[in-house]
Amino acid sequence: MNGLNVTTAVPCPGVVARPLGLPRRSDIHVVMPVAKQTVASSDDVGLIEWMAAVANHRDRQAFARLFDHFAPRVKAYMRHLGAEAAVAEDLVQDVMLTVWRRAEQFDASKAGVATWIFTIARNKRIDGIRRERRPEFDPNDPALVADPEPDIDTTVDSQQRGAHLREAIAELPKQQAHLLHLAYFEDKSHSVIAEELGLPLGTVKSRIRLAMKKLKSQLAELR
Amino acid sequence: MPSFHPSDDLLMDYAAGSLSEPKAVLVATHLALCPTCRATVDAYESVGGALIESMNSDRVDSSLRDSVLSQLDEIEPERPTVMTREALAQVDLRVPEPLRGYLGSGLDDLDWKTRGRVGEWRILKDQASHTSRLFRIKAGAPMPQHTHDGTELTLVLAGGFTDHGKHFLRGDVATADETIDHRPIADADEDCYCFAVTDAPLRLTGTFSRFLNPFIDM
Ligand SMILES: [Zn+2]
Repeated sequence: MNGLNVTTAVPCPGVVARPLGLPRRSDIHVVMPVAKQTVASSDDVGLIEWMAAVANHRDRQAFARLFDHFAPRVKAYMRHLGAEAAVAEDLVQDVMLTVWRRAEQFDASKAGVATWIFTIARNKRIDGIRRERRPEFDPNDPALVADPEPDIDTTVDSQQRGAHLREAIAELPKQQAHLLHLAYFEDKSHSVIAEELGLPLGTVKSRIRLAMKKLKSQLAELR
Repeated sequence: MPSFHPSDDLLMDYAAGSLSEPKAVLVATHLALCPTCRATVDAYESVGGALIESMNSDRVDSSLRDSVLSQLDEIEPERPTVMTREALAQVDLRVPEPLRGYLGSGLDDLDWKTRGRVGEWRILKDQASHTSRLFRIKAGAPMPQHTHDGTELTLVLAGGFTDHGKHFLRGDVATADETIDHRPIADADEDCYCFAVTDAPLRLTGTFSRFLNPFIDM
């Protein structure tokens, strides 16, 4: 497999309900452009705690902090994918309200907060910009083949994984990082990217594969 | 668990959200049957998370923030729906979601267009750049031959087939493009049901061949 070899995480890391106050990021209410972050920080811990506060206590203050952190990013994502400012803001609203509505379904052992919100934003923009349905499997489907028991020794904490991935992406050669951005932020499949760059599909595939391999080796160092 | 999987670039395109709807239906239905590929897609999604996290953000107006915060009280938490026993009894477990939702009934109740030993049922017709079909092939019969236009992905739902010495069973995905000359044959002991997506429009070269086309060699 060329994908990142990440095993299912053991249930438990992280989600401890801490109602108020603890996630202390700053008390700014005005949203400011957030600088590029590439390093693990206490923010990751903050995000998880805010999610837990929203899920367990419908904590509006924690939600406001999640909004301040993610709304500008989700808006940038939508803009990259071709949405006009007004459409992008509608989608941001839709994404953030979905975060509020589905907070209980967030599972910190399975994905980081940013990853979870990425999947919501991705689905909303397929629906809202591309006007297609986003087909997904249903984790509660009786026909679903369940995950095998997680192998505890090879588990990487999903939040840590996020921070290390960001570091690894920041260290990728420009060309490879560019391909990743095309794939994730411009609604371009491998074959469309190849066509537009005038490269053979095989070349695009192998460059992206190379990028993924580097990310994978970064993750492997955690073990 | 499946032995034949969609390629990594398909899984990544699915995670990034750039796959066409018909292929996404096929990949997602494979994911329901394949924990291995689910883990791969999770990893690709975490790349998406890392990219969005480290992205230069856009300014969001405080009126949008106020508007969102003012709506919170009206919104009830959403919980996954649990199927009732009656609903469960109606479900054709051979077809996992999301494909099941596109059929509207179990495999046996589809209005199959039958020709010889092969039944066909088209879905996602509005996605004209693709041809998306379910096939029901009688035990031991040859599968409809690939038209050599575009790439064809075939997901086995029930039964199995053999192609070039490879044996495809439930959950397996066979990938065929114009370079592959293949003659799959359904297993002798059971009818084979599969879902096939070709990234080319259905070939229409005349009213008659329209029906004949998928069944050349029959
Ligand atoms: Zn698989």
